[in-house]
Amino acid sequence: MTNISIPEIDIDTNRSHEPEDWRRFFGFSTDHKVIGIQYIVTAFFFFLVGGVFAMIIRGELLTPESDLVDRTVYNAMFTMHGTVMLFLWTFPVLAGLANYLVPLMIGARDMAFPRLNAIAFWMIPIFGIVLIGSFLVPGGPAQSGWWSYPPVSLQNPSGNLINGQFLWLLAIVLSGISSILGAINIVTTIFRMRAPGMTWFRMPVFVWAVLSAQIIQLFGLPALTAGAVLLLCDLVAGTSFYDPAKGGDPVLFQHFFWFYSHPAVYVIILPVFGIFSELFPVYARKPLFGYKVVAVSSLIITGLSAVVWVHHMFASGTPGWMRMLFMFTTMLISVPTGIKVFAWVGTIWGGKLRLDTPMLFAMGGLVMFVFSGITGIMLAAVPVDIHVNNTYFVVGHFHYVIYGATVMGIYAALYHWFPKMTGRMYNEGLGKLHFALTFLGTNLNFFPMHPLGLQGMPRRVASYDPEFAFWNVIASLGGFLLGMSTLPFLVNIVGSWVQGKKVSANPWRAIGLEWLIASPPPHENFEELPIVVAEPYGYGMNEPLVSNADKL
Amino acid sequence: MKKQTILTLAIAAIGIAAISWWVGQESYTWFPPQASAESILIDRLFSVLVTIGSFVFLGVVGALIYAVLFQQAGKYESGDGPPIEGNIPLEIVWTAIPFVLVMGIAFYSYKIYDQMEIRGPMEHDHSAAMVMSGSGDEIEVIAKQWAWEFRYPAQKVTSTELHLPVNQRAHLILKAQDVIHGFYIPAFRLKQDMIPGQAGNFEFTPILAGKYRLRDSQYSGTYFAAMQANVVVEPAADYQNWLRRSAATTPAIAHNTAFAEYNQKSTRAGWKTIVPAAPPIVNYSNPND
Ligand code: HEM
Ligand SMILES: [Cu+2]
Repeated sequence: MTNISIPEIDIDTNRSHEPEDWRRFFGFSTDHKVIGIQYIVTAFFFFLVGGVFAMIIRGELLTPESDLVDRTVYNAMFTMHGTVMLFLWTFPVLAGLANYLVPLMIGARDMAFPRLNAIAFWMIPIFGIVLIGSFLVPGGPAQSGWWSYPPVSLQNPSGNLINGQFLWLLAIVLSGISSILGAINIVTTIFRMRAPGMTWFRMPVFVWAVLSAQIIQLFGLPALTAGAVLLLCDLVAGTSFYDPAKGGDPVLFQHFFWFYSHPAVYVIILPVFGIFSELFPVYARKPLFGYKVVAVSSLIITGLSAVVWVHHMFASGTPGWMRMLFMFTTMLISVPTGIKVFAWVGTIWGGKLRLDTPMLFAMGGLVMFVFSGITGIMLAAVPVDIHVNNTYFVVGHFHYVIYGATVMGIYAALYHWFPKMTGRMYNEGLGKLHFALTFLGTNLNFFPMHPLGLQGMPRRVASYDPEFAFWNVIASLGGFLLGMSTLPFLVNIVGSWVQGKKVSANPWRAIGLEWLIASPPPHENFEELPIVVAEPYGYGMNEPLVSNADKL
Repeated sequence: MKKQTILTLAIAAIGIAAISWWVGQESYTWFPPQASAESILIDRLFSVLVTIGSFVFLGVVGALIYAVLFQQAGKYESGDGPPIEGNIPLEIVWTAIPFVLVMGIAFYSYKIYDQMEIRGPMEHDHSAAMVMSGSGDEIEVIAKQWAWEFRYPAQKVTSTELHLPVNQRAHLILKAQDVIHGFYIPAFRLKQDMIPGQAGNFEFTPILAGKYRLRDSQYSGTYFAAMQANVVVEPAADYQNWLRRSAATTPAIAHNTAFAEYNQKSTRAGWKTIVPAAPPIVNYSNPND
């Protein structure tokens, strides 16, 4: 392997004028660590907002009748819940983790384009305000679900030009632009900014996973953004790309939408795979099993993710041959995923396990992921999907992935890198309580959705036949528990940030460039750029990772 | 020692296999009744998937639980585990296993799908269905925000309840009038999106007399959840009877949940909505819907 790293594309700017205290988190900082934390904290705020919507949804579904809120309000709730959770929580929090960790992990002083980085971040609160502001326009927020399928999304009962659907589309387009800017930045950083000796196969798997995920953003987001712009034209300019009443084709939108939104689920899960791959070696005290295979399988997933989207449209009048073709590609994509699961079990097996909070969340997330992978295969089987498509079975599947695996994985990462980010340790007891509540709440909330779907309960309903009441009550109780579960986390994080125990550079005895420097890292991360001499995950091998550890 | 490990693993695998088989058999009870010929095939496929899935899930979770119970580091232990970085033969096997497994599942699903497609009236009903097929026995299904209406053009009957003769291939023509709706009868395990402007043919074979629910499965706006109808599968004689009686009844305004709810809640706290279509005027409607 040749060493192709380019030490430094030195950049700008007015860094030295930036404040060094807490105020920097509220301004236009270009430090990737500040921006990373800005992303994470902003995203968590929206996670709570989306959670309030979820509580209202589960409140309505406690009883079969539509009795808590009006049906239009219910429909706005699930539309905004899905949109906020994806575009204002999951994507931004993962972008935040990538921002914070990637430069540290590859031995760079910052991202390739620090100002672009700040601009991409500041677009998030802006489109967040646009989206939440749609509660104030006449007619209320968008009510056509996070898919916004036409013709429903083109119906505009309020008759206003500036309506909820319009603001929704505007927010999605802004979000797309922000994510494309972020993707360009991260991909460039990984290609151009690696420290000396940081060859491809010395990069931590998290970096591989983030790279694979951001490449997806680059090819997928243009499709979604184009699809959304055309829908916007239909809505406000009277064009007829999608309106069947005027000769348009509503299914065309579905192709645009899923050509991005399927790969988008891998934008979400790949970094979480990366987190699992970082954490299991630390807390099992063993090297990652099959490092190279795990690293490369992320890129294979990136490739395959572009050719499976029709599995979301099996019931949309899709011809038989297309159903079969996309069934086979979808089945294929679970192979690299299965390899990873095996690698993680192989890493944990025979290790010396430490069940600190990050490890609990990571292992809980892995279990939930395996469950959702299995229901995913069931959904990929066309005959089964014909029955459960658009039922609660699908809602169960993706909440196991997105809450069970992704949110749990994100919590694992936040606990694991909290001492690095703040220089202080979180409270372990509260962390374990948080884990217990989350694991229990997630399963109570989302397991019942599977029998409901098999029984034939459609998703997106404000009322349902009484036969479905039993499982819905359990799901709602689980949902409320899940709402409560964020409290110990908030108390823990805020309290520990202010007065937690101070920690050393490497409290977990973890191997990685970020653990060789102070907690929190100084402004430009590395005094001298690290010279990497080994593969990651050298647990039990007693080998140095860099040749200049004392000069960093 | 080695032999003992293999023995333990084999016993564990057999135990997990037995549990998985049991769960797979249980899975038949998780569904509504098997009211169409297609549902038998789909439930069988699902049961196979549940069996395989349970085996994989229990295998992984079993290994993790074992590690948590027996492989924790001691409180003051600070050493590392064995530095195993991989195992090439094992990794190859572990790529081959999922590959073979999912391709096998895909082929089996393909076979089941194929059977669903070809299972026409010729194969299991040689009498009435053959005479009727293609001879004007099609039923038109009309979906609009937010009502179902069924038309039997040959018999000049309209209804808000879908009646079908048992053990005869049903031929439906699906028509959505405004937005996309989904035609979904859980007891039949079948669904099909209805795209406005594109009439769609849909065929299946009900095999169990009874009353089932038809639900809109593609989100269609404000009163989406209320867009349901009853499906009555009955013996051919009863079906013909019903058609005759209905044809002789003068059409009347049917009850429609969305329309009724919209008009009764004059003080709705929600936002402005698309106004529900007027309730269908039909020969037959069941007042208890
Ligand atoms: C073993 C791998 C997986 C397979 C085979 C799989 C398969 C599927 C299929 C076929 C559907 C469509 C079901 C339907 O609408 O009828 C689906 C829905 C979904 N999956 Fe997966 N999936 C897998 C993993 C994942 C992962 C890793 C994510 C990551 C977040 C994910 C997120 C979703 C979401 C969000 C939806 C539903 C979107 C919506 O309808 O709103 N899945 N999955
Ligand atoms: Cu997908």
